[in-house]
Amino acid sequence: MTLLDIHNLALSIHGTPILKGISLDIAPGEVCGVIGESGSGKSLTALSAMQLLPEGSDCSGRITIAGRDVLSMRESELCRMRGADVGMVFQEPMTALNPVQTIGHQVAETILIHEGTSKTEAMSRAAETLARCELPQSRFPLDRFPHELSGGQRQRVVIAIAIALGPKLLIADEPTTALDVTTQAEILSLLRRLVDEDGMGLMLISHDLAVVTGLADDVFIMKDGEVVERRTARTLHRDMTHPYTKALFEASGHQPDRTESRIEESILKVENVSRDYLLPRRTFLGAHPTMRAVDDVRFEIRRGECVGLVGESGCGKSTLTRAILGLEPVQEGRITLDGRDVFTEPDVRRKMQVVFQDPFGSFNPRHRVARLVSEPFHRLKRSATSDEVDEALTSVGLAPEDKYKYIHEFSGGQRQRIAIARALIIRPELIILDEAVSALDVSIRAQILDLLVDLSVTYGLTYLFITHDLTVVRSIADRILVMHAGRIVEQGNTDDVFETPRDAYTRRLLDSAPKLPV
Amino acid sequence: MLRYTVKRLGSLLASLVVASLVIFACIEVVPGDPASFMLGINAQPDTVAALREELGLNRAPHERYFAWVGGLVTGDFGTSYTYRSPVSEIVVERLAISLPLAIYALSLTILVAFPVGILAATRRGSLTDISVMATTQLGVAIPNFWFALLMVLIFAVKLRWFSAGGFPGWDAGFLAAVKALTLPAIALALPQASILARVMRSSLLDTLSEDYIRTARAKGLTGRQALRRHALRNALIPVLTIIGLQFSFLLAGAIIIENVFFLPGLGRLVFQAISQRDLIVVESVVMLLVFAVIIVNFLVDLAYAWVDPRLRSRT
Repeated sequence: MTLLDIHNLALSIHGTPILKGISLDIAPGEVCGVIGESGSGKSLTALSAMQLLPEGSDCSGRITIAGRDVLSMRESELCRMRGADVGMVFQEPMTALNPVQTIGHQVAETILIHEGTSKTEAMSRAAETLARCELPQSRFPLDRFPHELSGGQRQRVVIAIAIALGPKLLIADEPTTALDVTTQAEILSLLRRLVDEDGMGLMLISHDLAVVTGLADDVFIMKDGEVVERRTARTLHRDMTHPYTKALFEASGHQPDRTESRIEESILKVENVSRDYLLPRRTFLGAHPTMRAVDDVRFEIRRGECVGLVGESGCGKSTLTRAILGLEPVQEGRITLDGRDVFTEPDVRRKMQVVFQDPFGSFNPRHRVARLVSEPFHRLKRSATSDEVDEALTSVGLAPEDKYKYIHEFSGGQRQRIAIARALIIRPELIILDEAVSALDVSIRAQILDLLVDLSVTYGLTYLFITHDLTVVRSIADRILVMHAGRIVEQGNTDDVFETPRDAYTRRLLDSAPKLPV
Repeated sequence: MLRYTVKRLGSLLASLVVASLVIFACIEVVPGDPASFMLGINAQPDTVAALREELGLNRAPHERYFAWVGGLVTGDFGTSYTYRSPVSEIVVERLAISLPLAIYALSLTILVAFPVGILAATRRGSLTDISVMATTQLGVAIPNFWFALLMVLIFAVKLRWFSAGGFPGWDAGFLAAVKALTLPAIALALPQASILARVMRSSLLDTLSEDYIRTARAKGLTGRQALRRHALRNALIPVLTIIGLQFSFLLAGAIIIENVFFLPGLGRLVFQAISQRDLIVVESVVMLLVFAVIIVNFLVDLAYAWVDPRLRSRT
């Protein structure tokens, strides 16, 4: 019998139709993957099952969980169902826990509100549940607060909250999107183990095809509020018929058409660079302990190359980026661009530009695109001509008329194009792409990668491509630097590093990365 | 937690020292010689000189500073130039009105603002919310002395429930004293409660849209339970800041209301002392107020740490 049965579900919010006739079912012990890009309605499908929809929502159709009709339940019945029969895990572990309550308290609360047990009993069951989620009491006592845990550990707490009462169905909405690849692999195997042990049904929502196909039994592909295709995960890559699924597959493993065109002349040289941060004093008037964020890093980038810098959060790649940009002083070593020191000769910095991850936060919303794009001109002490703005916009695939618009009128992918136009406009030689495609959907990501390749040919650009995403870096980089705990642990040609990694950490990183079936 | 408390205490002491230096320096540069002011414009120069000697105004500034601070620490605030009685006695007398009044007004503020703010936040956009927003807007806008006069007209002159002003003293009985402070406390609380209710509402609205509230609902908590167990404590942090500021203000900022109700409180004392160049009273009262503000801030800091564990573990 089916556990979750969604039949012909339609949802509108304040009159705007969002979901159109979704049908989806999960059997006990089954992992069902829901794949879609942002705005496809996959999260709202999950929230419909929980009936935790935003205000002004109107659901029709049928949703049954273990045979009970969810849409006709009263709020009090829904509250009894949530947490007991259905547990839910969310995307952002950093904010999903109450910062002022201990983890033990938050896990025990699920038990306390559904069963009339004593507090001591609830706490000891919370301890067991946390241990099942690989947070043993010896290292993670119940009185820890969320801020004392890492992102991956917090996600384990969120999972413990969701499974404390042994629900029949677990809904995980992008549970690993905010995590590093090695942590992602651990969380995914934890979910798999819990499903196998408890015979739960798992609805796994993700934008990442590789994550879903690696774990799920069945997959549902969603687009614009509809399920466009349903397949068995293992054979999806062979059986898929819908053009959107095929496009998604193509985009996920997209390989921009690129020919290597490097010249044996170095443009950026990082020589034995170290950066220490001062930590707060332990004792009154004592010496500040230091933390070495970047440790004796050296590499060079040759003109025309695309070099990938890979590493997990906290490895020091952001600090290194800021140092290269001349924004962060270093304690040791030298960074030179075209032979000139970026710290003592700040003028040379006009030869490099940076594109950041967040296409939403990195623009002033009150300025028109023309002004946003011409911002780097303050380094040249003149303003951009209208032609220069037009050319920058055209080169990234936008229209010259777009310069009169404001940033909120553009989608995420278009904003990232504007960010690239802003970097291009003063004709830099080196562009640093700091997680520049990480926030984008796969189809948009593929377009931006193609654009970057085209631009590097047209303008003879050199790229430093910083990312945690191994698939992306493999598709675009000529050479790879792997960074771990402040050091470059391995560097070499992309194919060599991927096929014969020498460093243990690199091997672990590559093993953790989810792979698309081929 | 202990470490945090010790650190806060350290900064409390440092603030007190700096404040005393600043106050002393300010009083030094204020124009007007207390001795000649006390004796009037027709006084003989040698009489003035004798009085200056008697008051200790001829000593070097640092001597006077240490004498003053030493006095403060031992409870000897000096003798008022105009009243000719110990400053500590005058201040204690006035504080017996101002401190209860401030506490009374602040309690009313919290008692009204919390439920109103919570109600408005949980029914966002409803008629309740709109009327709360409108009323509190009005409460902030109305000058409180005008509101005080209005209350005197209604409750004292027409209905004769309260007296129009004055204070019978605590000897007249607790209830009589509290009754005399009631109208002033309401007048003081009106704008403060309006501000606090709005802060409470917006802080709670921010908290209610946090991810962890969604986690709490997914556990099976009702909206009301999620509010009580998860949102309120997190929403308190900005609210505590405002309460701290309000208490400090209420202690000395009640001068207009004290005048409307003929209450001999601290605000009036400072006002009179300044106009009579009774610098020793001004110095002491200002120092006392600074002390009160710093203590209140210290308590607010401790309350932050009680609410937010992230502050406790920070070293």
